[in-house]
Amino acid sequence: MAKKNEKINWEYAPAPESTGHINLKEQYNLFIDGKWVKPNSGKYFDSINPANKEKLASVAHANEKDVDKAVKAARKAYDTVWSKMAPSERAKYIYRIARLMQERAREFAVIESLDAGKVIRESRDVDVPLACNHFFYYAGWADKLEYAFPNRKVSSLGVAGQIIPWNFPLLMAAWKIAPALATGNTVVLKPAETTSLTALKLAEIIEESGLPAGVVNIVTGFGDTGAAIVNHNDVDKIAFTGSTAVGKIIQKAIAGTHKKATLELGGKSANIILDDAPLDQAVEGIVNGIFFNQGHVCCAGSRLFVQESVADQVIEKLKHRMNSLIVGDPMDKNTDVGAINSKEQLDVINSYLKIGQAEGATMYQADCSLPKSGYYCRPTLFTDVAQSSRIVQEEIFGPVLTIQTFRTVDEVIQKANNTPYGLAAGVWTDKGSRIFNLTTKLRAGVVWANTYNKFDPTSPFGGYKESGFGREGGLHGLEAYVKLN
Amino acid sequence: MAKKKGSATFSIPDFTQSPRIDKVGVEERVSRFQKRSIKKEAKMQGLRMALNMIDLTTLEGKDTPGKVKQMCFKAAHLHDVHPGLPTVAAVCVYPSMVATAKKEVEGTGIKVASVSTAFPSGQAPLEVKLMDTKFAVDAGADEIDMVISRGKFLSGEYNFVFDEIAAIKEACGNARLKVILETGELVTLDNVRRASDIAMYAGADFIKTSTGKIQPAATMQVTYTMLEAIRDFKLKTGIQVGMKPAGGISNSKLALHNLVMVNEVLGGEWLTNEWFRFGASSLANDVLMQIMKTETGVYQSSDYFSID
Repeated sequence: MAKKNEKINWEYAPAPESTGHINLKEQYNLFIDGKWVKPNSGKYFDSINPANKEKLASVAHANEKDVDKAVKAARKAYDTVWSKMAPSERAKYIYRIARLMQERAREFAVIESLDAGKVIRESRDVDVPLACNHFFYYAGWADKLEYAFPNRKVSSLGVAGQIIPWNFPLLMAAWKIAPALATGNTVVLKPAETTSLTALKLAEIIEESGLPAGVVNIVTGFGDTGAAIVNHNDVDKIAFTGSTAVGKIIQKAIAGTHKKATLELGGKSANIILDDAPLDQAVEGIVNGIFFNQGHVCCAGSRLFVQESVADQVIEKLKHRMNSLIVGDPMDKNTDVGAINSKEQLDVINSYLKIGQAEGATMYQADCSLPKSGYYCRPTLFTDVAQSSRIVQEEIFGPVLTIQTFRTVDEVIQKANNTPYGLAAGVWTDKGSRIFNLTTKLRAGVVWANTYNKFDPTSPFGGYKESGFGREGGLHGLEAYVKLN
Repeated sequence: MAKKKGSATFSIPDFTQSPRIDKVGVEERVSRFQKRSIKKEAKMQGLRMALNMIDLTTLEGKDTPGKVKQMCFKAAHLHDVHPGLPTVAAVCVYPSMVATAKKEVEGTGIKVASVSTAFPSGQAPLEVKLMDTKFAVDAGADEIDMVISRGKFLSGEYNFVFDEIAAIKEACGNARLKVILETGELVTLDNVRRASDIAMYAGADFIKTSTGKIQPAATMQVTYTMLEAIRDFKLKTGIQVGMKPAGGISNSKLALHNLVMVNEVLGGEWLTNEWFRFGASSLANDVLMQIMKTETGVYQSSDYFSID
């Protein structure tokens, strides 16, 4: 018989996902007009694995001339093939891309984790399946657009310039490309400079699918590459997901032009725990809200509001749960929180940790060891903060949560809306009437009730105020890529 | 109302206000435990722990001393081909079999648990339940597995359920009391949580999911809900209560998932058979098969594992 107060230490042995099956080239060129072409500049940059700082591949840096070439190819493909093709035929291509992605799901998941630092469990169970589902979903709409917009004449826009962020590299590519193709547009897409690889693997699949040359072009590079897309005269629409600062630059740049735009920008979303909520599940929702994808989520529930009568209990449970999170190697199947995407982002997060402490907030970090090499940050929470704290006002984009308490529902609605952002919110309560009261008054594009960070291709996503405009996903996502008469 | 247990004093809460449980959230949390990948040394350690936590059980109308004796021998000699294996934690039998079992396991360190209180239905007057319990304790039972009155619970008579458990606890003397909630009849997780709270505040040393006679039995959702209740109770009162999922945990994978759940919700303090048990009849052989597979690299036929 065991002794009465024995404590067993049961540590899970490493369970690394194998990387032997993936196929990564040493160097990637640009995918323009159905061909892999060298960049005009001759320059390449390294894509590194943020979990160990090792180089994965080098990637072409596209300049203005390359972008011009890509836009011309997209225009030609639009004029000669894609806009003329029967919608049901377009659908077949999109389905084919979805199926090919699904067949290579494992390879996509592994490369995504290597390149972005996100944990394999998430890229395997969330990113890649959702990306495939976006293609499947929008393939279904391609020949049904007149039903999506009854009594309107629907036509495509032309060439869409799309710029995506580094937090969900493949998923964001799918969010952008799938609806654009379904509505008959052609695409020039630029992935983020730290996470180009899955977009390039997607280009390989697109090549394999036999999609007509020039319908999708992938140009890799930095901000200057993105600027070249935004400023190109022959681009009809800009779709951007990224920071609010860059979103503002884009909006200025396209002001007065014919270009349509959708911007999906930053957020500082409120996650609200009412006193009658199922607390253990709410704690899980808080964890999913802020520590999912290391907090690199535009809709992360980074501002936690807890009703005062249950605050101590929630914080105690939350700390306990934080200490059971496994932080470390993203490739290990048991890891819950992986690597920060880049050194730059880790510096940003660390600067906010300093700001928070300097502001007098109380910092608590999960009691875990971090790998020696690579970019990591402990799951962190701040208490003793107020609406006027910088860490409450500004988007940190990392695993950092601020906790405020409130007394009444009206108070929390006011505080939740008291932000320049308005991307998402979460409400936790046992009462349906309280859910409806809050969801109608919270000014956020998405409001989750008794859950958080749930995504589905059928559901529109987008923001209020400085979180951007336009919706992606669902039927609403089609509207951003069509002209209606 | 204040209650004393050992040195701890605590007040009895209003059980109608037990925490609410969100089923969808529980399912999501449980799926995270199921995704843990337990390999190599961790797997071996987990399998050995699982073996050592089993309450090897026979609860049938057709039980005889002969059957019980054979099961007790198995309990102490799980797989002698492989030396150094732990024994199970206890054997679990009807009160009429306690004396036989007690004699058989003498000197092995294996405990004898007896179901009681008109198991499995619990549809008997308190006097009968008390006698049932005393009979088992007098026959040498180290542990008593009682059932709660689910009918009373479902008609909202929480005080009745509470008082009954407290009375049985008293009748147990030094025997440890496991309180079976029969979660398959309570249906909702809100009910499971409330019944767990009632049982612990009334003096349970262990809370247990099921009799094994009703489906569904020990689902991970139910066990998870009870583990959270145990954690809250420890935080509030400082008293540690054990957990016993019973019924339906028939293979190693499920057992390991359960242990992962205990490890991450309650921590290593609960990872001994003092505080965690599996009520199972067929789990042991599957765990043994996995242990042999891990060591030899091949699965052996079930004919190599005894079936007492």
